[in-house]
Amino acid sequence: MLKDPYLDGVRSVEELLGYVDFEDGTAIIDAKDLKHKELNDLMKECVLRGASRLILKNVCGQRYIGSRLFFNPPKRVEIEIYGTPGNDLGAFLAGHRIIVYGNAQDGVGNTMDDGEIVVHGRAGDVVAMCMRGGKIFIRDYVGYRCAIHMKGYKDKVPTLVIGQTAQDFLGEYMAGGRVIVLGIGIERHRCYYIGTGMHGGVMYIGGKVEKHQLGREVGVVEMDEEDWKFLEDVVKEYCKNFEMEGKEDEILGKKFSKLIPVSKRPYGRVYSY
Amino acid sequence: MKSHLLPEFYVERIESRCNKCGVCVKQCPWGVYSWDEEGKEILIDYTKCVGCQRCVIYCPNKALIVKPYEGSYRPNAYWTREVISDIKKQAEQGGVILIGTGSDKPYKVYFDHILLNASQVTNPSIDPLREPMELRTFIGRKPDRLEIDPDDFEIKTEITPNLVIETPIMFAGMSYGAISYNAFLSLAMASKEFGTKFCTGEGGLPKDMREEYGEVAIVQCASGRFGVDPEYLNCACAIEIKIGQGAKPGIGGHLPGEKVSKKISETRMIPEGTDALSPAPHHDIYSIEDLAMLIYALKEATDYEKPVFVKIAAVHNVAAIASGIVRAGADAIVIDGFRGGTGATPKVMRDHVGIPIEMAIAVVDQRLREEGIRHKCSIIASGGIRCSADVVKAIALGADAVYIGTAALIAMGCTMCQKCYTGKCSWGICTQDENLAKRLNPKVASKRLVNLLRAWSLEIKEMMGAMGINAIESLRGNREHLRGIGLEDWELRILGIKGAGEGYEYRGD
Ligand code: SF4
Ligand code: SF4
Repeated sequence: MLKDPYLDGVRSVEELLGYVDFEDGTAIIDAKDLKHKELNDLMKECVLRGASRLILKNVCGQRYIGSRLFFNPPKRVEIEIYGTPGNDLGAFLAGHRIIVYGNAQDGVGNTMDDGEIVVHGRAGDVVAMCMRGGKIFIRDYVGYRCAIHMKGYKDKVPTLVIGQTAQDFLGEYMAGGRVIVLGIGIERHRCYYIGTGMHGGVMYIGGKVEKHQLGREVGVVEMDEEDWKFLEDVVKEYCKNFEMEGKEDEILGKKFSKLIPVSKRPYGRVYSY
Repeated sequence: MKSHLLPEFYVERIESRCNKCGVCVKQCPWGVYSWDEEGKEILIDYTKCVGCQRCVIYCPNKALIVKPYEGSYRPNAYWTREVISDIKKQAEQGGVILIGTGSDKPYKVYFDHILLNASQVTNPSIDPLREPMELRTFIGRKPDRLEIDPDDFEIKTEITPNLVIETPIMFAGMSYGAISYNAFLSLAMASKEFGTKFCTGEGGLPKDMREEYGEVAIVQCASGRFGVDPEYLNCACAIEIKIGQGAKPGIGGHLPGEKVSKKISETRMIPEGTDALSPAPHHDIYSIEDLAMLIYALKEATDYEKPVFVKIAAVHNVAAIASGIVRAGADAIVIDGFRGGTGATPKVMRDHVGIPIEMAIAVVDQRLREEGIRHKCSIIASGGIRCSADVVKAIALGADAVYIGTAALIAMGCTMCQKCYTGKCSWGICTQDENLAKRLNPKVASKRLVNLLRAWSLEIKEMMGAMGINAIESLRGNREHLRGIGLEDWELRILGIKGAGEGYEYRGD
């Protein structure tokens, strides 16, 4: 018989309640031995029982943490994660704040709608893919294909802040939002194809990037006062998140390149009508 | 550069009937007609005509005839007029030729080489007008076995969510963006009225439609993730992951900037006037394991309350891919044949990539049965379903239900002019121009759609009755009711059907 790696052997919420410690509004869940769905079932149950703060301990690869928490009318929850959350952390996230004390895997904030994800470490590939709103802070570095097809409309401006550097295809097909790579401790970024197919939004990259590392659809423009003001705010928030207050000037004291799309229709000219 | 292209259509105005009312000037968005104030004359530039027939239908005096331009190159069966025109067009513009709708090429149409069975003497046919006929269809995963409580006859097995539709026909994904708000709304209204579902395509579901039409909306999650927010997923009746499309297998979507109006820019969250680009792959899906990850991400985001479909184009290895999709956890698989329609695709992709839907359904159904996983997943056949007989044949070949797209547009007014990518659809369907979109009245258009569903459903019942079948369930994969005509042995083998004249073989017990 066909095995279902996600659902086989999933226990009912009642059986799982033993993994939770409840203390006025805070639920502490021991995620050791919990399957993806079990952990998310429990998190939802805790919020329905009134928790506004969830502390997840011994997390080890459980996926989709936070994705289930969609409520109508909306509820905002704070989630602290100790350990390593699995892929798609905060996918489709509906406005919650997630703090990870550890590294994260692939797909952080996939199609996330609103809220905040703060990772005290590094994250894997496809971070912030198709992100639509909210903020993601990654203290160290990220993998390949991050911020692909990030979007934005009016006041919904998703923001991805990466402390060190990223791998290839950063901001591919980007249609909106902001990506900030601070380049902390980085001599020279090694990623290529930055912003290939970009047609909206903006990227700020601190440290050295050469023209040949960029996609053909992006242009580098001068930073103006407003850009610096924005960067200052971002760096302040970054330092606050990671208890690095006082390092702001050092982080900002390097060259930043501002990348924007050269055309709203990068591929408009490849067609005949 | 002087264009060397021949005109495609010729417009004839019957002088004696025309009273110069000017309706054609207003109706034509292509600029064929103009009013000459000085000579008080209707001027006609037929080189701009695309053959949409809008003016012909709306001319109050029936004074217009639009027909293919008769002048031609020296006829040549190899260097056809189309081939010559395409070369000239590309020599002039140097780009990929864009086109709308499904392929019009004369490949063999397998539906037209399959005949249905009917009962005579040995088992009685059923009269659908007097006896109950069940067209209700359940889309989704079915359990491995059913456990029933012997005391109260309640089902003990946990049943995963299924969609219930009153006829095995749903409306295929056509996005708000590709089609107008009015056309999109018409599909939603008709679905609700008739008891079926429509797929949103990849352009989101406008907020003002969610409360009323969410329950009939299958919301799509495609590689561009346009309009995918948590509420969108949760208000729907099902979610469809779009991997590919029959009209453009393997390439991304492309909504030309002409159609990205203010409202479209808002639902898609991209700047106005940009091309809405959907990447060719989902960048979080590079394998079956990754697909499983997205399927379960969507189930997580919707509390495991909705079936998740996966839509792929019918390509050469479709059976193996389908098997992987079922194993990845999909509740339904949508297979879009190479005739499937589109609002915009490179012509070369549309006309040369993929396989016929008839064969794709047959091989997928066969493969899933052999592997004992057919019940895990419904099969929805899509791409070029033209009439109720196509529906019946698709189901007998192994589908659970069909999606119709082009047929639905034709019901609303489309005349298959193939210019959908220009954003100037004269019938108000494939356009974001407010004045053109206004031409489509959702009340009337949804009525036409409901009529079509009703008509086809009645015909399906007639065909089933003639076969002596009274529930659509018993037709599914029932290839004994199909016979091929004019097909080679290998074609019959792939379709899993006998040739006409070959009877039922009794193989003993
Ligand atoms: S709509 Fe008919 S009658 Fe009116 S001007 Fe045009 S061709 Fe003449
Ligand atoms: S939808 Fe409109 S533009 Fe497209 S083929 Fe039909 S009539 Fe032509």
